[in-house]
Amino acid sequence: MNNGRKSRFLFTATCFGIAFLYVPMILLIFYSFNKSRIVPVWGGFSTKWYGVLFESEEVWEAIALSLKIATVNASFAMILGTLAGLALVRFGRFKGRTLFSGMISAPLVMPEVITGLSLLLLFITLKEFVGWPDQRGFTTITIAHITFSMAYVAVIIQSRLTGMAQDLEEAAQDLGAKPLRVLIDITLPLLAPGMLAGWLLAFTLSLDDLIIASFVTGPGAVTLPILIYSRIRLGLRPDINALATIIILVVAIGVLVAAWVMFRQQKQRELELSMSEEA
Amino acid sequence: MSDPAASSTQSRLLHRLSHLLQRNWRSLVLFIPFFWLLLFFLAPFFIVLKISLAETIIASPPFTPMIEWVDEGIMHIRVVIDNYAYLWEDDLYAKTYLNSIKISSISTILCLLIGYPMAYAIVRSSHTTKHILLMLVILPFWTSFLLRVYAWMGLLADQGTINNLLIAIGIIDEPLRMLYTPFAVYVGIVYTYVPFMILPLYANMEKIDWTLLEAAADLGAKPMTTFFTVTLPITLPGIIAGSLLVFIPATGEYVIPDLLGGGNVLMIGRVLYNEFNANIDWPVASAVAIALLLLLVLPMMLYQHMQAKQVEAE
Repeated sequence: MNNGRKSRFLFTATCFGIAFLYVPMILLIFYSFNKSRIVPVWGGFSTKWYGVLFESEEVWEAIALSLKIATVNASFAMILGTLAGLALVRFGRFKGRTLFSGMISAPLVMPEVITGLSLLLLFITLKEFVGWPDQRGFTTITIAHITFSMAYVAVIIQSRLTGMAQDLEEAAQDLGAKPLRVLIDITLPLLAPGMLAGWLLAFTLSLDDLIIASFVTGPGAVTLPILIYSRIRLGLRPDINALATIIILVVAIGVLVAAWVMFRQQKQRELELSMSEEA
Repeated sequence: MSDPAASSTQSRLLHRLSHLLQRNWRSLVLFIPFFWLLLFFLAPFFIVLKISLAETIIASPPFTPMIEWVDEGIMHIRVVIDNYAYLWEDDLYAKTYLNSIKISSISTILCLLIGYPMAYAIVRSSHTTKHILLMLVILPFWTSFLLRVYAWMGLLADQGTINNLLIAIGIIDEPLRMLYTPFAVYVGIVYTYVPFMILPLYANMEKIDWTLLEAAADLGAKPMTTFFTVTLPITLPGIIAGSLLVFIPATGEYVIPDLLGGGNVLMIGRVLYNEFNANIDWPVASAVAIALLLLLVLPMMLYQHMQAKQVEAE
């Protein structure tokens, strides 16, 4: 009896929690098809706000800039984060390890206003003393994004490395492979799924960032979040609902496809494993 | 390049290089991310610290230099703690700091109250349901933070969905003021940060041996007793990790108080942003940042310590 009450409570709590997470987003999508200019007042079905959205040159430019920054950021963050993760898990104790691991995990919880302000002041100081970066925009935003994204990648790589069985690496070593060979031929391929996950996370984090980008950006470099923010500060806008709908759908489809691919890979691996055991 | 001597030198050089790489690749692997973080993460804090000790002037850059060379190489170091004194004396800042802590603490507790049963339910559900629920929790995390906050503007506005609904069913006659109040800020923070609470809790609960609960029940413990003496203590690491992941960033939050709180909710992240961008007072903005950092350094170190312990345990 008690168990039944408990599981009913858990079921209700979960349903409420999921509804809490999803109802606002569903309403956001719903009102993007509203004919009326006043967002929460239904005036009939229409797709005109999608037209309005894409007529704007600004929107296209912001999307292009954000995608460019996100791609470059994700690639650099993946490499730097993987190197950092390897160093932290596989190098044992080295000088400066505490400082290094501190610098890796701090960006995960650092308030964005502080990161943004401090990076901007760094760029200004650098410009004064070495003349670079002469203009803020794409480069400075990308550097700022790499700095915090690589921390997330490093965390993923760290957890993959600690959870990974080391028998393949040990076998290669026993067969006479040098450590660097082992790293390139065995460890990195095993890490590839983690690196891909890191790349995707870094890509999303970059697309999502408003605060840090608005600190370190310069004239003319308007990323998508900066554009959205400048519009919604003044109130609700149906064209932003249309943009939100597109973003949510793209992300949802992307996540579902990624989950499905990973699920299938896992199945495949399990199948191979059971077949090799039978043989 | 057809010269055999040259090509042999070249190949010897390549050989040397690969040899060097073979021996020192570890240093290289470490050096690149280390150097990046020193330059782009650690160094900026010292610059912020330095500027926070300068005076505001109308110039470019708008602060006084710390080191000045008075003639004949006499170095003049100028350190001003006026900005910190100003933060200390002006009630507005103290109130804002306290208010930020209050808002983020209450939000953290609300996230815990919502997230804990959810994480528990996810862990205890069957294989397929578990994956579906986890995905439902993670999915919002991948969508735009800004747009999730925007969604609540539409819900909470005077002409918003909630007010329209309540008026339509006759509960209220006039719209409730919800947008641009502290209430809206709480809703926004809890809404956007609750996945950060659920995921560490889930990660912690998944490793737990749940037969402990059955043992407690078999030995005659009431469900409430079991919860407080067994479940709560063993899930404590997850609770702390999740709470820190909500509390720390929420304290410095800018977007939510700005969009949902309007000018009515004072939070330190917003004050910092405005001090810098609207008032162009870099030294005061820097001092605000350093003070915020000092406020958060303990919880941040606690989080760091727990992460390190977890990695070691694995």
